[in-house]
Amino acid sequence: MSLKKVSKEQPDKFEFSEENLILAKKIVLNYPAGKKKSAVMALLYLAQKQNNNWIPLAAMKYIAKFLDISYINVYEVATFYSMYNLSPVGKYFIQICTTTPCMIRGAYKLVDVCKKNISEKENELSGKKNCSWTEVECLGACISAPMAQINDDYYEDLNVKQFEGIIKDILKDKKPKPGSYRGRINSEPEKNRQTLIENKNA
Amino acid sequence: MLKMLKVKVNDIDIEVEEGLTVLQACEIAGAEIPRFCYHEKLSIAGNCRMCLVEIEKSKKPVASCAMPVTDGMNIKTNTKLVEKARKGVMEFLLANHPLDCPVCDQGGECDLQDQSMFYGIDKSRFKENKRFVPEKYMGPLIKTQMTRCIHCTRCVRFATEVAGVPEIGAIGRGEDMQITTYLEKAMESELSANVIDLCPVGALTSKPYVFEARPWELKKTETVDVMDAVGSNIRVDTYGWEIKRILPKINEDINEEWISDKTRYACDGLKYQRLDVPYIKKENSFKKISWQDALQILKDKINITKPEKIAGLTGDLTNMETLFACKELFHKVLKSKNLESREKNIYINLNDRKNYLFNSEIKGIEKSDFILLIGTNPRYEATMLNARIRKSFLKNNTEIFSLEDLGDLTYNYKVLSNTTEEVKKIIENNCDISRKIKNAKYPLIIFGESALTMNSSKYIFEGFKKFLNENNKISEEWNSLNILNTNASAVGAYDLDIVCKTNETLEKINKNFFEIIFLIGQDNISINKKNEFIVYIGSHGDKGAEIADLVLPGAAFTEQNGYFTNLEGKLQMAFKASYPPGEAKEDWVIINEISKLIDGNGLFKDKNELLTAMNSHINSNKKNEFSNLFKEEYINEKILTLPIDYYHSNVIARSSKTMNECRNIRSKLKKTGTEG
Repeated sequence: MSLKKVSKEQPDKFEFSEENLILAKKIVLNYPAGKKKSAVMALLYLAQKQNNNWIPLAAMKYIAKFLDISYINVYEVATFYSMYNLSPVGKYFIQICTTTPCMIRGAYKLVDVCKKNISEKENELSGKKNCSWTEVECLGACISAPMAQINDDYYEDLNVKQFEGIIKDILKDKKPKPGSYRGRINSEPEKNRQTLIENKNA
Repeated sequence: MLKMLKVKVNDIDIEVEEGLTVLQACEIAGAEIPRFCYHEKLSIAGNCRMCLVEIEKSKKPVASCAMPVTDGMNIKTNTKLVEKARKGVMEFLLANHPLDCPVCDQGGECDLQDQSMFYGIDKSRFKENKRFVPEKYMGPLIKTQMTRCIHCTRCVRFATEVAGVPEIGAIGRGEDMQITTYLEKAMESELSANVIDLCPVGALTSKPYVFEARPWELKKTETVDVMDAVGSNIRVDTYGWEIKRILPKINEDINEEWISDKTRYACDGLKYQRLDVPYIKKENSFKKISWQDALQILKDKINITKPEKIAGLTGDLTNMETLFACKELFHKVLKSKNLESREKNIYINLNDRKNYLFNSEIKGIEKSDFILLIGTNPRYEATMLNARIRKSFLKNNTEIFSLEDLGDLTYNYKVLSNTTEEVKKIIENNCDISRKIKNAKYPLIIFGESALTMNSSKYIFEGFKKFLNENNKISEEWNSLNILNTNASAVGAYDLDIVCKTNETLEKINKNFFEIIFLIGQDNISINKKNEFIVYIGSHGDKGAEIADLVLPGAAFTEQNGYFTNLEGKLQMAFKASYPPGEAKEDWVIINEISKLIDGNGLFKDKNELLTAMNSHINSNKKNEFSNLFKEEYINEKILTLPIDYYHSNVIARSSKTMNECRNIRSKLKKTGTEG
C-alpha cells in the first residue's frame, strides 16, 4: 500500500443531498454534545456513497465545516483509511486481497488477471470506464482465499479462470453471483467434512 | 496543596508533585532521558519511544514521557535493558533516516545526531531501500526535507496548540505517513518558523538560512528584539559582520520559547539599504561627504535658526540612551521644547507609569478569566502576547471580547459594537460586560494605540480607569488596566517623558512651521516637506532618509548596546552583536558629537556618565501635567483598529527580502480567497 493519491480533477462543490443531510444530522446526534467531530468517519463514508464511491476535496472541506474542525483533520482521516477513495473509481470497484493467506493461495494471479483485463496500473479506470481495481490488505476472509471484493460483495475461493469470467461479466455490466466459487456456504468445510482425520496433510 | 509522591530514581529517593510524568521525575532526580517527541510546552504524544525506562514490577520498558508518576515507583534509567531498548528504538529511527548529515543544515545542533552518539549502532542491518518522501512546500520560511522526518509530530502539535492554525497534519499511515500542510499551502501564522526550532531532526529547516553557516562557526549574542514592544528575548548569531540568524531565548515571563516570524527573519534587513557614510542632498541627489563637513553644515544651519524653530522626532527602534541624549541635546544645547516620541497624537497620561504599561504583565494573561480588547489587534501588534491570550483561552476557557471584528485571532472571541457608545455603557455600569468585569477575578482590559488616538480617547481611558478603580480591579495584586504599545521604544520614551510639553510638535510639522527637523530613526511619519532642513540620523535608507537634506549614518539595534523597556515596563538591554557598517556610528555618539560641536563640550564624557544621568532622571520624582492638554469629552464615534502592515512595520522589516516575500504570499492568499 502506498500513500493514496488525491485526484487532480476535482469538482468545485459538494453538498449532502437532502436525505443524506438528514442522515448526517442524525449521525452527529449519536455523539455527546461537544464531541461531534467524532462523526467524521461516518460522514466521510456517507459522502463517498453519495459521490460515486470517492471523496472529493470539496466534500472534505464541506465535512470540516459541518463538524467545525480544521480541513487537515478531515484530510488526515481520509488519507489514513484505505476504504476511503480519494480519486474516482469505476462503477465496479474490485479490491483484491494480497495479504499472506491469499498470497499463498495465488492472489497475485488474480492481480495479473486484473492487469490484463482492466488496466495496467492500480486505480486506473478500464477502457469502458466502468471498472477499476486495487490491491488491498487483509479483508478478513482468509478461510476462503484467494478472494476479491467487488463493491459490497465478496467473491471467494477463486481460481484464475473463474475470476476471468467474473471480470468479463462485469465489463459487460453484468453482476455475477457473489460468494464461494467452490460451492461452499460461508466458511463451512468442503464436502461436508467434520474432522481432519481422513485428510493426511492436515 | 498538591500531594507529594515518593519515588526512587536509580536508587535515589526523591519527592515529586502528583501529576508529573516519569520523565519529569527523572529530570528532577538528575537523570537525563533522551527524547524526540516530548516537549514541555506541547501536549504529550508518546510516539518516538526514545524515552523508555525500566520501572520495577513492569514487565516491559515504559515510555516515561507518557507515564504518570505513582507513589512508590522504582524507576531505573541506567540498566542494560533500558540501553538495549533505546538502542533498538534508535535503530528503527535510523532505518529510514538518510545519512546526509554533511549536507544537512541541522548538523551540529541535531537531536538525532547527538543521541545517536550514545544509542546508535555503527552499522545498519537494514538492507532494504530507504523510504523516500517528496519535499513539501510550507511557505517562504520553512524548507522541508521530509525523508529526514522521524514523525515526532512536534510541528503538528505546535501548529494546532500554540500557533492556533491547525494547518499541519500527518497524512497516510505506517511507512507512508507524511507530515504536510493542508494541500501544501504556506502556513498562515506569524509563529510558523518556530517549528524549525522544534524539529529534532533536519526535516524542517530555515529557508532563508539554508547552507549559510554551521552552528559552531557563529558568534552567539543574547539580546532582545525590537520588532514590537514585547521585547522578546533572542539570540543573535553572527558570522563576522553579518547577522546570519536569530533564534529565541527562553524567557518564561515574556516569550516563553517562541518568537514571531518577523523577529526571526527581519534580520536580513540589516544587510540591505544601510547607510554607511554621511550624505548631503544637493540638486535632488545625495552626495557623499565626510563626517566633519556634515557636522559643520549642521552647525551653521543651527546657528542661524531660532531654537523654537527646531524640532525633533524619535523613532520606534531608538534605544533609551539615544532618547536620553536627544532629550539633553534639545533641553540643554538647542534649548528647544519640540522633541516628540509619539508618531500620532496618542493620549498618554504620564503622571504614573501605570497609565502606559501593560500592567497585568504577559505572564498574568495566563490566569485571567476575562479579556476585553479595545482598538487593538494583538495578533499583529504583539504576536507573542497574542499567543499568551490563546494559551489562557485554552487553559481557562477565558471569555474574550473585542469591540471590533478583527478576523482570525487564533481564538474565539465575541464582537461587541465598535463605538464609544458601547464603552460609555460599560463604564456607566449599564450593560452585561460591566457585570462580567465586576464578577471576574482577574479581568484584563487591553487598550490599543488606535483607541488612544481618537478625540474622545481621554474620556474612554480615564472613564475606564475610574470604573475599574471603583470596582477594585486596580490594586497592588492585580491591575486590569493595560495599554498595548506597538513600538519598542515607546515605553522607554514615556519613562524619559519625551513628549512635547505643549503637544504641538506634530501639528506644527504638518503646518511647516519648523526650519530644522531632526529625525532620529523616525521613518514612520509622512512629512509634507517644504523649506525645512531635515536631518536624518538612522541606520536605513528608507522614508526618513529620502526626504532628508542631511543623512547621518547610525547603528541598528544589534550594533550597539542599548536599553529598551518593554510594554510591561521591564528594562532590558540589547547587546552589541555586530558593528555599524562603514563610517556609521552609534546613535548616542552622534548626538553627543552634535552637542560638542555646538557648545564646545559634549553632553557626556562617556557612556557611563550617560547611564548615570539617565538613571537619576528616571528615578527623580517628577510631576507631569501633560495629560491636561487633552480635552476630556464624550463624542459618539467609531473605534477603528488601524490595520498594521505586519511584515512591513519598521525599517528593518521593510528592507528585508524575506519579509517582502512573506508579505507577497500573504496578500496573494487573501486575494484568491483560498483560505475558505
